[in-house]
Amino acid sequence: MCQVGEDYGEPAPGEPPPVPRPSREQKCVKCKEAQPVVVIRAGDAFCRDCFKAFYVHKFRAMLGKNRLIFPGEKVLLAWSGGPSSSSMVWQVLEGLSQDSAKRLRFVAGVIFVDERTPGVFTVALRSATREKLLPKGKWLTPHSSARKHRPAERGLEGFPVEVALHPALPGSSLSPDSFCLGFSEGAACGQSLEERSKTLAEVKPILQATGFPWHVVALEEVFSLPPSVLWCSAQEPVGSERAYKAAVDSFLQQQHVLGARGGPGPTQGEEQPPQPPLDPRSLARLPAAAQTEALSQLFCSVRTLTAKEELLQTLRTHLILHMARAHGYSKVMTGDSCTRLAIKLMTNLALGRGAFLAWDTGFSDERHGDVVVVRPMRDHTLKEVAFYNRLFSVPSVFTPAVDTKAPEKASIHRLMEAFILRLQTQFPSTVSTVYRTSEKLVKAPRDGPAAGDSSPRCLLCMCALDIDAADSATAFGAQTSSRLSQMQLPIPLTETRTPPGPCCSPGVGRAQGCGQGACRREDPQACIEEQLCYSCRVNMKDLPSLDPLPPYILAEAQLRTQRAWVLQEIRDCLIEDSDNEVGQS
Amino acid sequence: MAAPLSVDVEFGGGAELLFDGIKKHRVTLPGQEEPWDIRNLLIWIKKNLLKERPELFIQGDSVRPGILVLINDADWELLGELDYQLQDQDSVLFISTLHGG
Repeated sequence: MCQVGEDYGEPAPGEPPPVPRPSREQKCVKCKEAQPVVVIRAGDAFCRDCFKAFYVHKFRAMLGKNRLIFPGEKVLLAWSGGPSSSSMVWQVLEGLSQDSAKRLRFVAGVIFVDERTPGVFTVALRSATREKLLPKGKWLTPHSSARKHRPAERGLEGFPVEVALHPALPGSSLSPDSFCLGFSEGAACGQSLEERSKTLAEVKPILQATGFPWHVVALEEVFSLPPSVLWCSAQEPVGSERAYKAAVDSFLQQQHVLGARGGPGPTQGEEQPPQPPLDPRSLARLPAAAQTEALSQLFCSVRTLTAKEELLQTLRTHLILHMARAHGYSKVMTGDSCTRLAIKLMTNLALGRGAFLAWDTGFSDERHGDVVVVRPMRDHTLKEVAFYNRLFSVPSVFTPAVDTKAPEKASIHRLMEAFILRLQTQFPSTVSTVYRTSEKLVKAPRDGPAAGDSSPRCLLCMCALDIDAADSATAFGAQTSSRLSQMQLPIPLTETRTPPGPCCSPGVGRAQGCGQGACRREDPQACIEEQLCYSCRVNMKDLPSLDPLPPYILAEAQLRTQRAWVLQEIRDCLIEDSDNEVGQS
Repeated sequence: MAAPLSVDVEFGGGAELLFDGIKKHRVTLPGQEEPWDIRNLLIWIKKNLLKERPELFIQGDSVRPGILVLINDADWELLGELDYQLQDQDSVLFISTLHGG
C-alpha cells in the first residue's frame, strides 16, 4: 500500500517510487478479467469470485495441512455469534455439503455460550440481519432513576457508569466502589431478562438452519460444573502421517461401499437428529436466579477489566470443554482470526503468559488432553472475514461483550488491540509478521517429553506450571517468598516427621490439609494461588476474595492441596523408584 | 460547489451502537462549497449522526483503525479512500471489525 509514501512525504532520491495504489481501473490480480472489489494484503485486488475461492482455499488448506482432524471425528464448533466464528461455521457447513471428493469428513456440532448475564453485561442485542431495526433510543438511554457511581478506574474518567438497581437483585450486593465496568447498564436490569430471551430467540433459527446438533449453554452453568473439568486427561498420542492416511483411505472405502449399496448419506444423514434434550429446556427457562446472582457478584467483584476478560475466557473455556466431553466431541474449533491471534499474542506477553504462547495462539491446543482446541481461521484477517460475510450474506448475531465501548486504556487487551491496529495502518505487514512468528513457536516441555504429562498444571489455565518457587530471582519466586514472609511460618515439613501445630496433625481429618509451608487454615486464598501459573496469580489479585469463584474451582484447589500435603507426609515412607506412580494415583 | 446528494449510510459489526442502534440511514447532504468526498462525509457524520464516543469511530480525519469502509460494496482502497468523490445514490457502509470473534 502506498500509504507509507504519504506519511513520510517525498521518497528520498534513489529509493523506489511508492507502489501505485490499487484502483478500480485495474483488473483482479488473479483472473485478470473481472473488476476487483476488495484489496487483500498490500495491493492485491481480488474480484468477488476469486476472493471467495481464495478464502475457502485458505480454510481448507489450514485444515488439510495440519491433518489433525480424522475422518468421522466429532468436532464441536464454538460459535459466539460474532463474524469470525459465524464465518467458520459457514465454511464448515459448505465444506460438509460439497461433492464427495472435496467434502470435509468430520461430524460437526455447534455450541453457543450465552453470556448475557443481567446485571453484568449490557443488553444491546440485535441480529445482524439487515431488515431489522430497533426503535431509536430503546436500549441506550439509561433509566432516569439510575444512580450514578463515580468510576473507580483511572482509565475511565469522563465515562459515566450508571447502575440501576433492579428489584430482583438485592441492592446491597453492589457497593459504591464496585461497579460493572464497560458501559451503561442502566436500561439493562429491567429489560435484561426479556432481552436475553430475545437474543436466544434470534440465535436459535441460525443454529437450526445449520442442521448440526446444537447446544445453547448459559454461562451461569459454570456453577454446576464438576471438578473433573480441571483434570487433564491422558493425552492421546498424535497420529502419525501414515495413521492419518490410513484413516482417510479406510473412510473413503467405507463411503464407496455405502454408496454402492445405496445406503444413507455418510455424515449428514446421521446428523439430523432431534434436538439434544438439553436445548428446549435451556431455551424455555433461563438459569436459576441464584446462579445468575452468583455470576453477577463474581464479575462485579473483579476490580479491573483485564482480569474480568481473562476470567470470562477461562470460565467459557471450561464450560465448552465440559460440554465437549459430555457429548463425546474430541475436537473444538474456535473462530480466532489472524488479527485476533496477533493481538492475543502480544496481550499474553503483557499478561505474563509468554511461556504458553504456543498453546494460546497455535493451530492446536492440546493442554486439556482428550479434547483438542483447533483454530482453523487463524490465517484469515478480520478484514477478509468482514468482507466475506458481507459479500456472501453470512448470518451472525451481534452481542456486545464486556469490553464494548470501553475506552482504549480500560484493559491490556484493548490497549494492545489499539496498538496493533494502529501500527497495521502504517505498516501493513504487522499482523502477518506477528502471525508468522507465532507459527514458529514450539511446544517443548521444560524437561523433555517425559516430564510433560506428570508436571503439575495450573488450576485455571491448565498449562504446565513452570515454577521454580525457590528461586527468588524470578518473578514467581519473588511473589511466593513475599507472600510467605507475610504469614507466620511453621517449620517446613520436610525437615521433621512430626509437624508442629494442631492444624497439621496427620491424625486430624483431611479437611484442613496443609500445603508446602505455611498453614492454610487461615488463608485458603494462598492455597489456591499456589496452584496457579504466574499470569493467573496476577489476575486473581484483582479479586478481593476468591470465595465468589465457582465451587468446582475451590473444590479442586482444596483437593490438590490435600493431595500435595499427603504426598509430602508419606514421602519418607515411599520407596524411591515408585515415587511417580504413587503420586499420580 | 457541490450539489445536494442523497446517499445511504449504513453501519455494521457493532458500529451501530454509536448511532442509536440504527443501521441504515438515508441522508441528504446539503449543497456546499467543498465537494462531497469521504473526508467531508465523515465530518458531517460526526456532527450530525454520531451520538456518542466519537473517538471510537473517527481518528484524526479518517476512520478508526479496525473500521472497514465499503462504497457500493467495494473496498474504499480501490476508490481512493478519503478522496473518493461521492455520487448521488451511493451507498457507504462502515463495518467495525473490532467486535466479536
